[in-house]
Amino acid sequence: MIKKLFENIGLYFQMLRVVFSKPEKWSVFRKRVFDEIQIIGLSSILIVAIMSVFIGAVIALQIASNMDSPLLPSYTIGYITRSTTILEFSPTIMSLILAGKVGSNISSEIGTMRITEQIDALEIMGVNSLAYLVLPKIVAALIFFPILVIISMFLSICGGWIALVLSQMGSTEDYIYGIRAFFKSFEVTYALTKTVVFAFIIVSIASFYGYYTRGGALEVGKAATQAVVTNSITVLVFNLILTQLMLL
Amino acid sequence: MIEVKNINKSFSGNQILFDINAQFLQGKVNLIIGQSGSGKSVLAKNIVGLHTPDTGEVLFDGRNFVQMSRQEKTEVRKEIGMLFQGSALFDSMTVEENVMFPLKMFTNKSHKERLDRANFCLERVNLSGKNKLYPSECSGGMQKRIAIARAIAMQPKYLFCDEPNSGLDPKTSIVIDGLIQEITYEYNMTTIVITHDMNSVIEIGDRVMFIYKGKKWWEGDRNSILTTDNQEIIDFVYASSFMKEIRDNMQKKI
Repeated sequence: MIKKLFENIGLYFQMLRVVFSKPEKWSVFRKRVFDEIQIIGLSSILIVAIMSVFIGAVIALQIASNMDSPLLPSYTIGYITRSTTILEFSPTIMSLILAGKVGSNISSEIGTMRITEQIDALEIMGVNSLAYLVLPKIVAALIFFPILVIISMFLSICGGWIALVLSQMGSTEDYIYGIRAFFKSFEVTYALTKTVVFAFIIVSIASFYGYYTRGGALEVGKAATQAVVTNSITVLVFNLILTQLMLL
Repeated sequence: MIEVKNINKSFSGNQILFDINAQFLQGKVNLIIGQSGSGKSVLAKNIVGLHTPDTGEVLFDGRNFVQMSRQEKTEVRKEIGMLFQGSALFDSMTVEENVMFPLKMFTNKSHKERLDRANFCLERVNLSGKNKLYPSECSGGMQKRIAIARAIAMQPKYLFCDEPNSGLDPKTSIVIDGLIQEITYEYNMTTIVITHDMNSVIEIGDRVMFIYKGKKWWEGDRNSILTTDNQEIIDFVYASSFMKEIRDNMQKKI
């Protein structure tokens, strides 16, 4: 198992070396990037929006319901909601959700192309199949994941405010004061840096499992599952490493 | 002409191809036949570069493909058209986009010029007017013809067909065989067809190579394959009762 792990890591870096080659034609590459932004990014906005609003609401309500001490200032709800959202929920939890949605999609798409010989067809035509298929996905994710995370941050904080006002557990003034209190712009830089790293991990690992699929439909399903599991673990490990490096 | 010299290939210590030497002539339909698992598809993949042979040479008109750089291989690959067993059409693209794809990637033709060429190729395979369909909306026979149209879009010098008749009814198989033969003669291509369909052998096999257990066992043309006394070929050719009946009738006539 350890041997297999190291073999896969070696193969993964070999794959990356080929992925980062000059595209055959820039006009085709540009169109592929826009197509992938549509598939990977725009189609994920709805799920990101729904989850962000609801989780932001739950965070705010849980903090409000656990604030028993009169010593805690009333703006604490807004302050903790903002911090939780920016530091952890939007970059990490959203990336884990995208690892499931986008990762399985990429892995099964490329895996199906592999078992139906479409990748062989590309290679025989003289197209660098890795650069053609994977590079636009990576570029699209690097561009659009941070946008998704910024949308998530905004909607999550809005969700917290809506829940707080509707449940009458806090005032709008206190909430707004809280989300502005002790704000450090570096927190956003940290969150977006994490997002960019996670975007690269999610797309490259999913592509790796898809590209090296062998067999039939069953193996495509297995590859998608493996991609999601490996992505989730890798994202969590890198979350810890980046937090150590950037915050401590 | 494509020439292979001393090709050996193994996977995880299991040798599949043993010292294969062969010449595939220009303007002819060259067939590689053999039972399932005999190594014919592995040989074809070694020739087109999807696998790298352990030893040996693959010469495309004298150019050694095995020793080329990736860039040089790309140049040779632009001269190759391939028809896959499962057609291998890009299912996210329409018929027209599939045929135009190699032109879009490797030429500087305008959209109109690419479209004209795609229409010409589709007309050549009798699929005019099907431009906007997706592969999933086409029958198996149509998919093969689209794949042929895509394969000839770049006017290739070499055409490879991996089991072009698999999954097709006998009538459609004859149409596909006929198309392969016609375009080979028309464009003077070096065509290699991997098959175990005896009907294809008799219909279009200008030159036939029989692979048995990874070795080149026999070579000849479509007429001599029916009269050879090689036992392995006899077992292969006359495996079906229908072929046995033909042989018996032939012998009675003699």
